[in-house]
Amino acid sequence: MPERVPTIVLRIGGEAGEGTLTTGDIVTYAAAQAGFEVFTYRTFPAEIRGGQVLFQLRMGLCRIYAEGDQADVLVAMNQAAWDENHADLRPHAALIYDPKLVKVPESYAGPTYAIPAAEIAQGLEWLRGKNLVMVGALSWLLRLGLEQAERAMQRHLSSHQEAMAKNLETLRQGYAYAQEHYPEPVDFALPLPEAAEERLILNGCDAIALGALSAGCRFFGGYPITPATPIMETLAKYLPAFGGTLVQAEDEIASINMVIGASFAGHRAMTATSGPGFSLMVEALGLASMTEVPIVVVNVQRGGPSTGLPTKTGQGDLYLAMYGSHDEAPRIVLAPDSVKDSYYQMLNAFSLAEHFQLPVIVLTDQTMAVRVETMPAPREFWNECPLRRLPTPEELVDYQRYTDTPSGVSPMALPGMAGGIYIAESLEHNEHAHPNYTPEMHERMMTKRRRKIETARAMMENWRTAARRWGKEGATFGVMGWGSTRGAVREALQWLEQEGIQVEALYPHSLLPMPDKAISAFLYGKRAVLIPELNYSNQFARIMEHRYYQQIRDEQIHLHHFPKAQGIPFTVNEIYQAIKVMIAEEGGPA
Amino acid sequence: MSPRKPNDYRNELRPIWCAGCGDYAVHTALMRALAAQDLPPENVVIASGIGCSSRLPDHVNVYGFHGVHGRALPLATGIKLANPALTVLAVGGDGDGFSIGGGHLPHAARRNIDLTYIVMDNNIYGLTKGQPSPTSPEGLKKKAAPYGTMEAPLNPLLMMLSYGTSFVARTFSSQITQMVEIFQAALQHPGFAFIQVLSPCVTYNNTYDHYKQITAPLPADHDPSDYAAALRLAQITETQYLGLFYQDRTRPGYSAQLHELQALASPLTADQVIDKYRV
Repeated sequence: MPERVPTIVLRIGGEAGEGTLTTGDIVTYAAAQAGFEVFTYRTFPAEIRGGQVLFQLRMGLCRIYAEGDQADVLVAMNQAAWDENHADLRPHAALIYDPKLVKVPESYAGPTYAIPAAEIAQGLEWLRGKNLVMVGALSWLLRLGLEQAERAMQRHLSSHQEAMAKNLETLRQGYAYAQEHYPEPVDFALPLPEAAEERLILNGCDAIALGALSAGCRFFGGYPITPATPIMETLAKYLPAFGGTLVQAEDEIASINMVIGASFAGHRAMTATSGPGFSLMVEALGLASMTEVPIVVVNVQRGGPSTGLPTKTGQGDLYLAMYGSHDEAPRIVLAPDSVKDSYYQMLNAFSLAEHFQLPVIVLTDQTMAVRVETMPAPREFWNECPLRRLPTPEELVDYQRYTDTPSGVSPMALPGMAGGIYIAESLEHNEHAHPNYTPEMHERMMTKRRRKIETARAMMENWRTAARRWGKEGATFGVMGWGSTRGAVREALQWLEQEGIQVEALYPHSLLPMPDKAISAFLYGKRAVLIPELNYSNQFARIMEHRYYQQIRDEQIHLHHFPKAQGIPFTVNEIYQAIKVMIAEEGGPA
Repeated sequence: MSPRKPNDYRNELRPIWCAGCGDYAVHTALMRALAAQDLPPENVVIASGIGCSSRLPDHVNVYGFHGVHGRALPLATGIKLANPALTVLAVGGDGDGFSIGGGHLPHAARRNIDLTYIVMDNNIYGLTKGQPSPTSPEGLKKKAAPYGTMEAPLNPLLMMLSYGTSFVARTFSSQITQMVEIFQAALQHPGFAFIQVLSPCVTYNNTYDHYKQITAPLPADHDPSDYAAALRLAQITETQYLGLFYQDRTRPGYSAQLHELQALASPLTADQVIDKYRV
């Protein structure tokens, strides 16, 4: 296999509820503070306690796009961590373990580091701090520095001030133990980076919440659901300071209807949910589309159907996001492809919702929502899209809420505006918002609402954020996808490039409307395109085949489906191999 | 004297209701109550769901939202919280409010959200042509229940009282004067006000004569701040008492509480929040 970018993949396994994830989080923050770029991945059982959890940190000197396939270092907090993970280690990976709890076969060839975490913690009469012994040891072995580990811990456990002194002592003992017993530099440590640019460290949910605040969101109605809840919790903390409001509603149907009501009254408003909640919201998506009320709905996808895989990832809600509703209810669907992009796509989402007066759905997924990444601090809020179109004084004379316009966008009065009185009408209606069921009116209003999508398409064609295109320009072979799979694709393309194999990739950020020009230009000259996605029946590929049928047929472009429906993301190697298979099936490189 | 007249709240659309429908009287009483409160029409919003009575907002010259079935309360809640300066009402029928939308009632009551909620209860699904509703009497024979309903009717007042609703009243569409009084009291109430209006359906369930016989004013000595007395009177179904059963003026409304919370928080900018996430 080709040479990788210089990174360390650190995997930590242990019992849920025993601080395994906390260990990972603190080491992640310590690494970021030391100047490294970080990228995490975690799996956990749906239950709060019990069961095995896995945390993976990938750290490096450059921006990281995927969690890494094989671990360079395994931290085994218990026997199951060794049993379940040793097959995923690279040859001669380092093993850090508690010798009282884990039995390692004598034949193991890699370097081993025994850290008696439980025993040290017990000696301090602080057994629950055994994970902090491991944090201390790791900060020595990875050469992150004791100060960084202490600061990261204080930041992460700030709500446990009463235990802070004890925790600090435990961490220092772990550091001292490792320093004393393993003084030599370990071969897997990276050189410390030079001072990095201004960066943030955050997970995908917080990126969405920050994006919403930057975009001026002032109302959130939500209902708890894994894995979307942290978005609500972050906004609950900050919205009151913005004069905003957060309501934990009685269910998802109430959430989205409150959001529609709040937006009707003039607030920028959103909700966030996952598959089961999104299914409940579908009727109200139609309501927002019909009454032309701007709303933003974030769907943090998880595996389904039904309750499915609450703590696992997937991309199976694309059809529902694009088409969910009875009859046809125009909406916009955006797909961020990283934690950083989650922030920026929320700015787009509110701009588009407000300007086009319709629901905008932001599709992210479990892995992207819970993982922690470093990202450059956001630049100034950019605003390429005009905001909500309010009526002028002239338009308030004989005001027509749903007046037909060339763009499809009509001026929207807000309650409190004299002369703007109208009914947001869920029945088919005329320009005055009066119910009207004539064949002519229904057709005219269906056309008006749909026209907004075409106006949006034309506007977004000019946005540099409409699609991400990279790799060898004009290469014969391509990869197209959406959302979180981009990271693995990006790294797979780097591997191929090192072998001299040229591939180009395209990730649209808007799935509805599709950026036709960008996609057609990308497809032009391609012999074959791989479409990886985390669902069972190739939803994105099917939509592509439908929309670009003529070009695909005329130019004889072969779309290679590559679905994965396992609840886990693609590995880089899977994408790399699939591209090689595609090229071989197509008769080899051009 | 009020400078605004009931007709200032009337719009040009003719209601779709059958001649004799109780909802006409509710419409009239509501316009009188709004005029008596002298509320600028542009500062009033009426939200509704689906059903004959849910069409009421179409016929009042104020802002309105005709939403989907059963969701008038969440819509109205969002509107009120986004702009607490507005006077917000939710209206609808017994199917919309007690059946498909029944899950929202306890939570509106729990929040004490500052809304007036008028349920025009005709004990039937009228728009879909006469199926039993959650308040239809047991044994009612209709096309969807040819052998008679087997479900017991809900007691809306008892239900709303047990949820802790801070304003609970019942009126009858034949008694416009009382309706206007109750609506005005509800509009002035600082929290969630629930009003059941007995509003007969002349086409599928004409109960005018029945209600004229069994309705009676609340006992003259009833004290609306007496919760136990309200519960006792609400349990009586042979006589349907009309009037203000219960009112708790001491509980602050939800939007007032939120306003306090917002006032206490030190203002932040998005950049200041972003700074908290710096490495």
